[in-house]
Amino acid sequence: MIGNPFETVKEDADLTPDVADEVKTTTCYMCACRCGIRVYLKDGTVRYIEGNPDHPVNKGVLCAKGSAGIMNHYSPARLTKPLLRVGERGSGEFKEIEWDEALGLATEWLGEVRARDPRKLAFFTGRDQSQSLTGWWAAQFGTPNFAAHGGFCSVNMAAAGLYTIGGAFWEFGEPDWDLTKYFMLFGVAEDHDSNPIKMGLGRMRTRGGTKFVSINPCQTGYSAIADEWVGIRPGTDGLFVFALIHELLRAEKVDFGYLARYTNAGWLVIDNPGGADDGLFARDDNGQPLAYDLTTNGVVPANSLSIAPALAGERTLPDGRKARPSFEILAKRYLAKDYAPDTVADAIGIKAETIRRIAAELAEVAFSEEVVIDTPWTDWLGRKHDKFVGRPISMHGMRGISAHSNGFHTCRAIHLLQVLLGSVDVPGGWRYKAPFPKPIPPGPKPAGKTVQPNTPLNGMPIGNPTGPEDLIVDGDGNPLRIDKAYSWEHPIAAHGLMHMVIHNAWAADPYPVDVLMMYMANMGWNSAMNVPGTIRYLTDRDEDGGYKIPKIIYSDAFYSEMVPFADLILPDTTYLERWDCISLLDRPISSAHGPADAIRQPVSEPDRDVRAFQEVLIDLGARLRLPGMTNADGGPKYPGGYPDYIVNHERMPGIGPLAGWRGNGEQFGTGTPNPDQLARYIENGCFWQDHFPDDAQYMKPFNPAYLAYAKRMGWIPNEEPIVYQLYSETLQKFRLAARGHGGVQPPAEHRERIETYFDPLPIWYMPFEEAAVDTNTYPLHAITQRPMHMYHSWGSQNAWLRQITSHNRLFINSATAKNLGIADDDWVWVISHAGRVKGQARLMEGTNKHTVWTWNAIGKRKGSWGLDKDAPEMKRGFLLNHIISELLPEREGGYRYSNSDPVTGQAAWYDLRVRIEKCLPHEIGETEPAYPEVASPPGVAAHPAPEILRFGEMIKGEPTGRAPATHLEWIGNRHEYALSIDGMPDGHGNRTEENAGGKDDTKETRA
Amino acid sequence: MTDLPKSTGKKLGLVIDLDICVGCHACAVNCKEWNTSGHMAPLTDLLPYGEEPSGVWFNRIHSFEVVDENSGDSRTVHFPKSCLHCDDAPCVTVCPTGASYKREEDGIVLVNADTCIGCKLCSWACPYGAREYDEDAGVMKKCTLCVDKIYNENLPPESRVPACVSTCPVAARHFGDLGDPNSDVSRLVEARGGYALMPEQDCAPVNRYLPPRPRKNGSDDEMIRAPRMLEYKDTSDDGAGLLARWVDRILSS
Repeated sequence: MIGNPFETVKEDADLTPDVADEVKTTTCYMCACRCGIRVYLKDGTVRYIEGNPDHPVNKGVLCAKGSAGIMNHYSPARLTKPLLRVGERGSGEFKEIEWDEALGLATEWLGEVRARDPRKLAFFTGRDQSQSLTGWWAAQFGTPNFAAHGGFCSVNMAAAGLYTIGGAFWEFGEPDWDLTKYFMLFGVAEDHDSNPIKMGLGRMRTRGGTKFVSINPCQTGYSAIADEWVGIRPGTDGLFVFALIHELLRAEKVDFGYLARYTNAGWLVIDNPGGADDGLFARDDNGQPLAYDLTTNGVVPANSLSIAPALAGERTLPDGRKARPSFEILAKRYLAKDYAPDTVADAIGIKAETIRRIAAELAEVAFSEEVVIDTPWTDWLGRKHDKFVGRPISMHGMRGISAHSNGFHTCRAIHLLQVLLGSVDVPGGWRYKAPFPKPIPPGPKPAGKTVQPNTPLNGMPIGNPTGPEDLIVDGDGNPLRIDKAYSWEHPIAAHGLMHMVIHNAWAADPYPVDVLMMYMANMGWNSAMNVPGTIRYLTDRDEDGGYKIPKIIYSDAFYSEMVPFADLILPDTTYLERWDCISLLDRPISSAHGPADAIRQPVSEPDRDVRAFQEVLIDLGARLRLPGMTNADGGPKYPGGYPDYIVNHERMPGIGPLAGWRGNGEQFGTGTPNPDQLARYIENGCFWQDHFPDDAQYMKPFNPAYLAYAKRMGWIPNEEPIVYQLYSETLQKFRLAARGHGGVQPPAEHRERIETYFDPLPIWYMPFEEAAVDTNTYPLHAITQRPMHMYHSWGSQNAWLRQITSHNRLFINSATAKNLGIADDDWVWVISHAGRVKGQARLMEGTNKHTVWTWNAIGKRKGSWGLDKDAPEMKRGFLLNHIISELLPEREGGYRYSNSDPVTGQAAWYDLRVRIEKCLPHEIGETEPAYPEVASPPGVAAHPAPEILRFGEMIKGEPTGRAPATHLEWIGNRHEYALSIDGMPDGHGNRTEENAGGKDDTKETRA
Repeated sequence: MTDLPKSTGKKLGLVIDLDICVGCHACAVNCKEWNTSGHMAPLTDLLPYGEEPSGVWFNRIHSFEVVDENSGDSRTVHFPKSCLHCDDAPCVTVCPTGASYKREEDGIVLVNADTCIGCKLCSWACPYGAREYDEDAGVMKKCTLCVDKIYNENLPPESRVPACVSTCPVAARHFGDLGDPNSDVSRLVEARGGYALMPEQDCAPVNRYLPPRPRKNGSDDEMIRAPRMLEYKDTSDDGAGLLARWVDRILSS
């Protein structure tokens, strides 16, 4: 429509269209962060998703993944109906079946196993946010063979924290972003947790007077805005931390008062080489640990009111035994020359002067830049304090530390550094998130030593061992779990070893399984170590022609690479079509300020024949007559399915999945089930939160104001203080067993390993793969990082996100690459002891010279994810998973340990060593190894991906005729700017305090 | 060939903080999801699941590695870029049909899809590369500053802001009237030394960028907050002296 070309036709842009028929709140699931979202629905279609401004996790922001949720929700890779395999395993050939048949088949398979030997079900869930349900289901079924993906994610981080300070990074704690002055970020953290870290960094830098140090071999992600990038060599963070500790100790720049009051630094450790009590704490008849009091010059209970504990010096116990404060052992170790900056500098690739300077900066901030909050509080011994004193240093670490075989000890080393500086749960430090802190180590212990047909376990399969007697081993010390968790190979495998399940089930080591059931875990591809091997294990047959893993049940919402390897597929919903609870019993979303939990509600009806996996589990539980899911009359206990369970299930009397609006609706934490609970959550934006009183905000482990609250909520069994365990007696108990003490001892072949790695104080050792391979043959480290806009494998099916990243490059330090004659975009082989994979190079200055890295989980298998077989993900995307072995090279006697941390069983993804070779001319063009294209299941094939996507064309809003409002000014980090810019009103975004209190507290600017 | 207004009542625009942008693409994707059903709907994607996926994006993040020639230090810089809603917008004056225009009320530069003939002159004229041609629709598209969102009383107040702004996790994006020297955004630009992108192009862009703050990386003495090394309390290199010192000392006071 072109009018008179000499006359400008004026457009009357519609400023006030009708953009939604309805806006519903729910919880995001585009990564593990669990932000609150507001979903705009128009003509039955999801039109827009934004962050919920009132939500405690994200306060209105939403990342790229969350903003692309629409494209996951409408992905062509969605499964549409239950599937039964008809072709060979791995072919992708399925027929559609009805739910009745699918559930009948699952019930038959599972019921038979349960009646014969429940251990023959291995049930492992992936990025599961309902582990308190799935774990309980496994316990009701009676199999110990349950875990979620924590064993290949970050159990080192979780276990090290829980066994040291009763909390850990990410879900268990967070920096005090608004007060911290010095923040150290160890390793890749872009995925956990996503928005709160970004929000915190933005506020911290805007506030000013702060420093952000990123310790990471790659200058990626948040390192872009760090003040200082410490480009450390992978796996050497422990040495770096020890060198900092060495410097601080030499200068006596540690918080001795904090150590004496709140840690076991003064507890006396028995010195009795060869004895059964060597290295244990000296205790009185009541089991109370003892310390030497310098004011009375005697041995007294360590928790005496007026004690001034000696932190060094050998003492004689009343019974004549010798003992010394644990701090002396600690100090002696880290004061040794082995950990001097000059000694470690070469190994970690950081100049000694940089280490010394950072130590000096830490001391300066901790002891000369205290943050004080003038709130009186009383500690557990009744000592009154008129203020909280903070040493404003905070730290965070995740996978970068965890994914090494020395990660448990390295993570403990970081916590040790935090505690020496007096910066745990203080203003400006690192703070616990409810329901943490927990007793050290937290209960309960793992169940599963005895298994009976048709009988639930006597506890939960996942727990925290406190000594050898808690291991899940037989009388000879052999593993009783399929993943060998809680065995002498990985005694504190607090999240299991999902990465070993498929291998072990195939190898029948320690025994075969009959049914493998998995959920939301891409074990046929990017969640597997050794993809070629895993594919073989999943498809290998025994002499009778049957599969070595006879039956595989899998639930996923999408056509991922794992789907073709299952026999029975139970299609899941998208996150916008389901109920869920984000429970304090599970993976909390609380902040340091108070507890919170949340729900998902379905905002959209499935247009496919799919069911939420949790619904299916509860249904299967009733069909199998699992006691917790069945009434006395044999009928289902939760006929209303998952929402019925969420509201009415009680784990302990009065404590259920959701803490908010219990009982009559006025109670929280504990109370009888409230039939209106979900309605109350929805009314409140799908979340519940509470705020701790001011005097319970800090020093929580020693603060009765907090401990009483936590006890009332059922988070802790009693109000005893939680004393930091720098020296771990628990670890020493395992070590004593290896020395031949106690009733439960390791088999001979594991003794040296236990002796070495169960050191009660943090140690550093060379990552296993580096120690095992010839480092001249494999001179480089290879690691992955997560792009902030992608999570797991789900990103590549997303029409928008894959336009940002559709293939990955191998990033190489420029100088290293030039030495190898490699230029940008060259095709290279990445070769490890286990295999080789091909990809394209990208030169980068900001990469450690001994390291190559790439983005995680971009490469895809042809035929999967609803993508074209020529998609860049298939042709140029590559995985390091192909060349990471799940087993370490053979040791003496031929035994191959899992490629995991020896304490926790954490998958050692980042131990990988490689060399790089330029591809020959005929090798360039497409990645290898390549696997045959898998067929598409009927429902996926019936909805081919569009060539042109005009999303939104049909739901563009109609004019409402309403007059336009005045624009509102938005200042990001407004509160922080209000502190420094004259005339800047305080508030948040476009809400300002000037107008607070009115109906509409938004500032309207001049028209 | 199309006239610009002589002046605009307001100069609405964005202020983007390069000090804290982590390059997460939240702004770009949230923009896309709002606008694909918005004023210029749809933001078409071609081969979205295919070999070379491409689509219309009003906002794109460009990431660079910058190396300091003297120190050898490298930095990653993330640079989000969208239409800067120039006062002297050459994309408007070059438009042969009047489809590309600047609103007199608030200075927002828009394209009238009904009269755009897809000749692409505007994209050639824009020195910032901020225009996005929708091959499927045959129409030039671009950032609308969420013109259908910022005034829309059907939305709660905190949503009446460009999508890229409210969604930004680090809060690196700000929005307001840059023509009013007393507005909050103008105060912010003043305080942070905000600058216009490529002023030599004489387009008088409205958007502003806030420069990165100096990094405290130990390379510059003035930026160091502590001595370079701690004072050792004992000269023994195995700590024996310190341990002896501590035996009888009350360290906890």
